[in-house]
Amino acid sequence: MNRFALLTVFIVAILLTACKKEATTTEIDPNRKGSIMLYFDNRAGAQDLVLNSSSYQTALGQDLTVSKFNYYISNIKLVNKDGSTYTYPKDDSYFLIQESDASSQSIKLSNVPEGDYSDIVFTLGVDSIKSVSKIAERTGVLDPSAGAADMYWGWNSGYIFLKMEGSSSFAPLDSTTMQRPVEYHIGLFGLNGATNNLKTITIPFNGVYASVRQAKTNAPEAHFFVDVLKVVNGSSNIDFSVEPSVLSDKNSVNLANNYREMFSLDHVHNE
Amino acid sequence: MKKYSYILFLFFVLLAACKKEEKKATFEGFKAPSNFPTPTYDFSGNPVTEAGFTLGKKLFYDGRLSRDGTVSCGTCHISFSAFSHFGHSVSHGIDGKLGSRNAPAVQNMAWEPFFFWDGGVFNLDLFSINPIQNHLEMDETIPNVIAKLKADAEYVKQFKAAFGTEDVTATRMYLALSQFMCMLVTNNSKYDQVLNGTASFTTQENAGKQLFEQKCASCHSGILFTDHAFKNNGLSLTNDIGRGRITLNTNDDHCFKVPSLRNIAKTTPYMHDGRFSTLEQVLNHYASGVQNTPTLDTLLKQNGQLGIPLTNDEKANIILFLNTLTDETFIKNPLFAE
Repeated sequence: MNRFALLTVFIVAILLTACKKEATTTEIDPNRKGSIMLYFDNRAGAQDLVLNSSSYQTALGQDLTVSKFNYYISNIKLVNKDGSTYTYPKDDSYFLIQESDASSQSIKLSNVPEGDYSDIVFTLGVDSIKSVSKIAERTGVLDPSAGAADMYWGWNSGYIFLKMEGSSSFAPLDSTTMQRPVEYHIGLFGLNGATNNLKTITIPFNGVYASVRQAKTNAPEAHFFVDVLKVVNGSSNIDFSVEPSVLSDKNSVNLANNYREMFSLDHVHNE
Repeated sequence: MKKYSYILFLFFVLLAACKKEEKKATFEGFKAPSNFPTPTYDFSGNPVTEAGFTLGKKLFYDGRLSRDGTVSCGTCHISFSAFSHFGHSVSHGIDGKLGSRNAPAVQNMAWEPFFFWDGGVFNLDLFSINPIQNHLEMDETIPNVIAKLKADAEYVKQFKAAFGTEDVTATRMYLALSQFMCMLVTNNSKYDQVLNGTASFTTQENAGKQLFEQKCASCHSGILFTDHAFKNNGLSLTNDIGRGRITLNTNDDHCFKVPSLRNIAKTTPYMHDGRFSTLEQVLNHYASGVQNTPTLDTLLKQNGQLGIPLTNDEKANIILFLNTLTDETFIKNPLFAE
């Protein structure tokens, strides 16, 4: 009886470790595909960004109320801890994040090879190849007549990579609307030698791996902070009284160099 | 009786001949003239078909593309002036609002690498969204236009004929408009007839041609009479910096597209802002009106001299030559006219 009980415990223990072992040794198979979720949490400094109501302070001590904050993410790549890189299918890799549309702030990447991923790399904006593509290849968020209608310059064929609009008491008064608007529409992909404001963003997961596994019911999640104040704060602090509006303009490089720093990792979690 | 049957026979022969001629007039699609360069428009995704062309033509002349139904593409691009806006320095769009630049001729579009006087649009399919949305031109939203077209059964039928399904989309609208515009090929002027040996220049036209080749053809070059470049041709400056607004390069400030000179006698007024109403004024500008501004094209300040030296006789002969670039069959072609 005693011997039987011991044997039972032994067998159960063996089975348990075997199970565990199986889970760890055959864990990663790049032929199996899983998903990863990306979350873009737009913020203003340390606070959550709220459109139209909250007033935030810039580095120059000027107040800013934000009414619109949109940007394109494209050409997403995931860096594997083994050093290899997985490039998400290019045509499925264009996303327009809009603060006014919560559903646009999370991106599900599906059919991603299993792996432990350590970094994400993407383009902020719409790359030059897509920017000169045929009209029929511009669908969804890239359709100048629909999804991209608010993010496209027709007269200077090209996408607006990032659009931030709002108001500040430091901005000059618009006598028709009696508002003090600020507007930053940053685009330009370098056609004909013009300014190129495309930025490649790399966000390391700070030593945590996003483990993509087919068997997982919950995909790993990478949460990012995106600080709207970094559009006007940074290597060039923008003074609303001097530059309330920057559109298709050489000075747009200053804002693009600022906002390339606006992304940071909040956290990655696997369960 | 024999006589009658003979007449009857003749009648049928004539009828058959008529029929044959009708057949000849079937739609031939886009054909690049053999002495033109390779088109820049990429037809691979949008071959010109009769149904697509017909739809494009209907759209081109449809005022419903504008907010209040009054302004069509054809309002400012009129066939008898080679699809430019005859007599208008700048055009009046919706509510009588004035645009800022002269409506250029819509011709030989398949060879245009850039559109607008500043070349801000690099693909014909990306062009048409602009005048529709421009607040001074047609001032309509694309979703509104599409809703109007969808509500019209005839359009739905034509979209299906052109593109295979009844989906009325903005992209298809642009593609159809491109098909129509690409068909606007002009290559049957007297100049072309002289080239192919079916006409000959007068002595004066010939003298004008020699002068043109010496003094004008470095920019207005080739069979299309343009090098497709952007240049400052010495006009007194306005706030419109033209190409510089697109490239953000100050060397391009106040540079505008070198236009083709085909049908030039029909596309008055001239220059990007339509400031000159006659070809005499244009040549007077080049002879004695050129302003030495920072980005002035170097060809207009050679040997320390501004402009292009021209005597009055030379100007007259050049204009006689330019008149030979008018293609009456093009501007009167019922296939293209409203």
